[in-house]
Order: sequence, then C-alpha cells, then structure tokens
Amino acid sequence: MMLLNIDRLSIAAAAQGAGASPVIDDTSLKIAEGEAIGIAGESGCGKSTLLLAMMGLVKDGLRRINGKVSFAGASLLDQNDSELEALRGGKLAMVPQNAGTALNPSMRIQDHINEALRLHTRFSAAERKWQTVELLRQVRIPDPERLAKRYPHQLSGGQLQRVAIAMALAGQPQVLLLDEPTSGLDVTTQQHIIELLSEIRSQRTMTVVCVSHDLSVLAQLCGKLAVMYAGRIVEFGETDKVLAEPSHPYVKALVEAVPRLSGVSLPQPIDGSPPGLSERRAGCSFLPRCTHGDPGCAESHPPLQRLRAGHFVACRYPMLTAAPKIFSPLPVIARLTAKEPVLQLENVTVSYSREIFPKWLARRQPSQPAISDLNLELMQGEILSLVGESGSGKSTVLRAISGVWPLSDGKIVCGGAANEMERRRVIQLIFQNPDSSLNPRHNVAEIIAQPLRLYFGMNDPDVRASTTDRLAEVGIGPNYLTRYPAELSGGERQRVAIARALAARPSILLCDEITSALDVSVQASILHLIRDLSRSQGVAVLFVTHNIAAAAALAHRIAVLHQGKLIEIGTTAEICNLPRTPYTKELVRVARASSF
Amino acid sequence: MLSLIVRRIANSVFTLVLISVVVFAGLELMPGDACTAYLGREGKGAALDACRARMGLDASPAIRFGQWASSIMSGDLGISTQRDKPITEIVGWRLRNTLVLSAVAALVGIPLAVFLGIFAGLRHDGPFDLAASGVALVAMTIPEFVSASLLIMVFAVGLEWTAGVVTIGYKASLPEMAAAAVLPALVLSMILSAHIMRMVRASVIDVFKSDFVLMARLKGVPRQQIIWRHVVPNSLLPVISVIGLTIAWMLGGVVIVESIFNYPGLGRLAVDVVGDRDLPLVQAIALLFGITYVITNMVTDIVALMLNPRLRTYRA
Repeated sequence: MMLLNIDRLSIAAAAQGAGASPVIDDTSLKIAEGEAIGIAGESGCGKSTLLLAMMGLVKDGLRRINGKVSFAGASLLDQNDSELEALRGGKLAMVPQNAGTALNPSMRIQDHINEALRLHTRFSAAERKWQTVELLRQVRIPDPERLAKRYPHQLSGGQLQRVAIAMALAGQPQVLLLDEPTSGLDVTTQQHIIELLSEIRSQRTMTVVCVSHDLSVLAQLCGKLAVMYAGRIVEFGETDKVLAEPSHPYVKALVEAVPRLSGVSLPQPIDGSPPGLSERRAGCSFLPRCTHGDPGCAESHPPLQRLRAGHFVACRYPMLTAAPKIFSPLPVIARLTAKEPVLQLENVTVSYSREIFPKWLARRQPSQPAISDLNLELMQGEILSLVGESGSGKSTVLRAISGVWPLSDGKIVCGGAANEMERRRVIQLIFQNPDSSLNPRHNVAEIIAQPLRLYFGMNDPDVRASTTDRLAEVGIGPNYLTRYPAELSGGERQRVAIARALAARPSILLCDEITSALDVSVQASILHLIRDLSRSQGVAVLFVTHNIAAAAALAHRIAVLHQGKLIEIGTTAEICNLPRTPYTKELVRVARASSF
Repeated sequence: MLSLIVRRIANSVFTLVLISVVVFAGLELMPGDACTAYLGREGKGAALDACRARMGLDASPAIRFGQWASSIMSGDLGISTQRDKPITEIVGWRLRNTLVLSAVAALVGIPLAVFLGIFAGLRHDGPFDLAASGVALVAMTIPEFVSASLLIMVFAVGLEWTAGVVTIGYKASLPEMAAAAVLPALVLSMILSAHIMRMVRASVIDVFKSDFVLMARLKGVPRQQIIWRHVVPNSLLPVISVIGLTIAWMLGGVVIVESIFNYPGLGRLAVDVVGDRDLPLVQAIALLFGITYVITNMVTDIVALMLNPRLRTYRA
C-alpha cells in the first residue's frame, strides 16, 4: 500500500469562482514507504503548495477544489484539527524553507525542540532535556548543551537549518517533508546539510519528500523525481533516468539551464516565462515556450503517460533521443586581447568599525577588517568573477570600489575617471534583488531616465530616444516603458536594473549576486546578457557570485575570496582544474559533487 | 545584558543634565526674572535690587546654575515666590496625585487594550473586531473635553454616582484621591486604550502571518498554545514602546482633563504657575516633566531589552 497518496488534487485561489485556474491542477502522486521523492520546479509552479497539502494544510486564501491527499489510508484534508495536530510534527514532519524566519525569535533553541518532544512523545521533562541535546548532537550542532540555550538570531544559517531538522526528527516521523532545505545557504554549508540528510536517511527508515528549485540537491537526495510546471507534474520517474534523458521539452531545457563546471559554454536559457495564474489556459502550459509543439497541444492537457519502465512524461511529443540539444552551444570563451586595466585595487583594506579612541588608549582589540590587503586588476572588456561565501567580504569589495564605503588603507585607481562625478558614472552597480533596487513608484521609463538626466543633462526628446535604445540592449521592448516594477517578472526587473546601469555608459559593471534571486532558466538568460554586453560594448564586469559553476561559465578569470582575503586568482580553467588552496579545492569538489 | 542596562542608565543621566541646562537657559533668556514677576509694577530701582540681592539673582548665570543644580541634587527645589512655600512641598503632593490618576488610568486602560487588541487581531474582520475597532476609532477621535463632559453628564448629573468635579483638597488621603480619580482616569483610558488596542491588533495580525506561526501549525501545536506561546509574546514587543510613551504623556500632566475635573495634579498646577509667573516653580515643574519622561523611557527600554532577545547584543 502507498504511504502517501495524492489523488487528482486541485487547489485554487479561494476568492475566485469555479472557473479559476488552479495553483495545483489535477495532480496525482503516489509515494511508497521508504521512498525518497524530489519535486522540482521554478517559482510559482505550485510545488510548495503541494508539499503543504501533504501536511494536510491549505494556506489561507487557497482552497481545495477537488481530489484528496491520504496518509496511511486517512484523508488528510478532511481531518479535524486535533487529528491533524497529532499527525503534524509526529508521523508527518516538515523542515521549513527558511529556518531563520521559521523559528520563534523570542524562544530559545531548546524550547523549540522541547515543544516538539512535549507534543509528540511521552518523555518526562528530564528525559526531554536529555533528548533535546541528543537531537542537536545528531544533527552535528557543535557544543549542543551551550547552543541549546541560545536564541535563533545567535546561530548561523546552517546551524538554524540543522535545528529545524532536529525539531522535525523529534517526533520520530515516518515521513520527512523538506521545503527547499538548502536554499539561502552557502555552497559548502549546502553540501554539509545534504550529507547530513543522506546520513539520517540511512540510519532511520524514513520516507522523504523534498521540494527544491535546485535539481542538483534532488539528484543527491532523492531516488525519484517529479518536475512540475504551472501546477502540474510534467515528468516523473527515477531521478537518474529523468536527468539523463529528460523527455519533456521543459525538463530538457531546465536541465540545460543549470550551470555546471564540466560545461564549456554558458547554460542555455528558456525563452519567455512561466504563465501566471491568470494566463493559464486549456492545453499544455508550456506550449508558448515550446520549440516543437503544434496547435494540437493547445486542445487539452496531455496526461502523464508511461514512456518506459519507471519514467513518465506529460507531452504529446516526448523527446526520446538523449543526445541532440535544443540549442547549439556558444563557442568557447575567446581569449581576452585587451590588456589595458580599467580598475586597479592596491593593498585595499576596509574596516567597518570606527575607532573612536586612539589605539594606545583602548584595551579592546581592533576588530578584524572586512577585507584586508586586497590587490586586484580588472582589464578592459574582461569578466572577472569574484567567488566566496557569505561573510567573505564580496559585497564589501563592491562597496569600496563604488565609493559607498571609505577605504581604511590602500587605494583604488579607476582609469578614465577625472573627477568624483565621472567616477560615479563609469562604475555602475547592479544589486542582487531587483525587487528592492528599483523604485516601486517609478515606471520603467522614469527609472532609465534618471541616470540620463543626471550624468548627461539630456532633454526630454533625447531621454526618450535613449531610454528605448538602452531597453532594447537588454532585450526589453518599448511597450514596457509605462509599466511599474510590480508588473514585471523577476528576470525582466533585473534586465531593467541592468539597462539603468548601462544608461550611464559605464566602463565597469559591478554585479552583486545578480542572478541568485532568479530561477535557473532566467539566470541563464541574464548570464547570456552580461556576456553579450561585455563583448559588444567592451564593458569590464566584476561578477560577484557564490556559485562557482556560474562563475566558470561566464568569466575569463576567477578570484576567490575567503575571510576577507584574496586567496587565489587565475584563469577560469586554472581555478576549475587546478585549484591550489584547500578552500578553492573544497568549492570545486562541492560543485562537482552536485553536478549530475 | 547588565552592561547594556548600565549604558542605558548613563545615557539617561546625561539627558537629564542636558534638560536641566535647557530649562535653566530657557528662563534666563526670557525677559524679566523672578523679582520683576514678584514685584510687578514696583519692580524697579532699589526695591528690585534689594529683591535680587535677597534671592541671589545678582550673581552671574553660571554661578546661579551651579547653586540651583546643587540644591536640586540635595532634594531642594527652592522657594516659590508667589506662594512663599518650599517648592518640594507644593509639587510633591501634586506629583502624588498625578501618579494616582495615571496609575488608575493605566491599570484599567492598558490590560483592557491589550486583551481587546489580541482578540480583535485573532478574529480580524469578524464582528467583534469591527465593533472594537469602530469604538476605538470613536474614542480616539472625540476630544477629551467632550468625552469628559459626557461622562459627567451620565455619572454625576444623571446617575448621581459620584461628584462631577473633584472637591477634596490636594492633600487628601490616598484612597480618597484614588476614588476621585476614577472619572478622569476613565477619560484618559478611553484615549490611551484606543491607541494601544489598535497597535496590538495590527501587531497580532502581522505576527500571525509570520513563518514561525505557520511552522508551529506544521509542528502540530494546538491553536491555543500557538496564540499564547508564539503569537502574543512576539506581538507585544513593538507595543511596549507605545505603552511607555503613553505613560510618559500621562505623567507629564494632562492639563485639559485635570482642569475639567478640577483634579489637583501637576498639569493644573503648571497652568496656574505659568499664569501668575511663579518662575522658580515653573522651572521646577519643567524639570520634573523632563525627569518623568526620561525615566519612563528608560524603564521602557530596559523592559524591551529584557523581553526581546534580539535587542541584546550577541556574543559569540
């Protein structure tokens, strides 16, 4: 018998009528005891809603239209509160997406775990105290007795994720549901969490359902994989088979959009964007973006059909052959010819603490500088990738270069900038999250017009002409001029942010994790855009990222930053094939381990 | 934790010093001094000089500030010019009366506001919330002289439960004063509880949407426990500072309410002494208002520090 059975489930927005397009659309999935199933998909595809339904929960604002979810024979969505409370955190446990916000900020770590134990076990208070420490030890929290007394804000992201896992394990669950268990963590921490989860699974017989946008996480954790698109499962099967021979055009494109170290070219973007809830209609949802669909595909949703043993696909024209790629790869990166440095950092040190008292007077040790003694050269037209984990000083480097934060020591030479205003113009910064870096009350035309007026004093007709040109450079049509950021998709917003930077006619683009808030397919298209801009306009790019695979795909050279120091710099090939320092070796090892 | 509290107290002391300088300087800058105010039309020539010599006003401002400050430190606020009594005696009783009024208003208003806010927030947009929020909006909007008059009309004139205005002297015993404070306190608590209730309500709604409440549901925590363990403690954190400000506002003497009810508190005294230009007393009261504000804010900050672990610094 199946342990978890999702049977023709449809969930839609509660406010809309019967004809509402569902968030989850007629989806079925059977999970046997002991299996590990991954659910992949991009944001908005309904994967988190599906996971919550497996906990018997439909969020406020949504309602079930049809179908059911049963666990060991009991229909979860029809149970009353007390029956659900007994199951949740007990036999069915969930690890939340972002442990940092999912833990009560005014409760100590031990109280979180103790609460789960109190609700779902029969241990006495003294036993619970011992169990709490034991659980924290199992998830490899260092010094568990001491950390148990801390509050959530006093732990690191990786530690919080471990606490959330310990909390889920407290009720000795039969099924462990993981919602993006590694998103928001550093690559090395991500790998440690994955290793911990595999280890826990090997020790206990547990069914695992894991939702993630990251195919490599699922490839490492799950034996079976379901890929969702616009509220439906479009491909399902054994993970190896699905990833090695993806047969749905979307899944195939998704697999090719993932940057990987072994690839010689940029990952391939998928044109267009997933349909919003109001844009979904009858027929295959992927049709508008599909390269080989036909009008027949628009008539009805293709059902999930067996392709071969252990491999199902919902497509009228599944791609059976593995090898041919949909897109031809771009040529291997050309060697950089120009040797003119546009930016030089000499012995740059930046410290965030301001010493008010003279050093000889203070007993306090001066705090560690955020970056120390950094030397770096950026050539004209070069793409240099700066790789490092959070806290390594990546953003500080960008702040120092852009002049937002003063240097404590050293100097930055920016060729071609005669004065401060000129320097502000030639160095343009693009931020990680376009949701917050674009003024929500300005439309696209106003956003692009700002730098044009500021740096070039343009009059209105010139501004209008230039705005359209700049937008065209980032692949956005003039019909977007009157739209506001809220009316754009994440990828479009980031393109507008790039166009705003280009409007200043910069010679240096500073990119601060500009793809990390985006879905993989969109990330690939932004990587392409940056590459093309650097080629066509000769702009030098400093591309900051935590993802060494994305760095390798894009950059001429890679610089590795660790604890505020530049520990290694070299051509992309050197860094990826012959890393010298232990930290870079670990980064490359993790990137290789997670490629599939 | 301890060092944070010590630092907070040191800050408050510094602020108090600043306040005393400003209060002193403010009166110095005004035309005339205690003697011209006291003597009125006779305030000229030899009489004025004699008065100034008697009150020590002929010394330089710096010396007089030093004398004033040091006498305050030893608990002596000086002598009232119009009332010929030690200021500590005049102010002391009024301060007690204002404290009584504020305490009655706070003890009635704050718990009421917090509970109404929690229940309105838990079932927001339900009938209870709509009723409570509507009443709160009305209570906030009506000026206190209107609500005071209405209360007098109902409880004093109509029902004759109590006297409309306070008739006892400012030295009346504590229970008598507390009984007299009920009606004015009711007016005050209408205003303050409306503000606090709306704040609590918004905060509860906000916290209810947070990830950790969803996580508590997914952990199988029963609803009542979610409310009292997870939602309420976190939603009261932002309210603490509003409660502190409200208390400081009341302790600063609520002039209109005290005047309407003829309540012998600091607010009414302040109006009287400004009216008859009793400058030493004005100075003393201004300083006292400053002190109550600083102390309430300090206590609020320390309470917030104790309840909210995120405000405490993190030691690795």
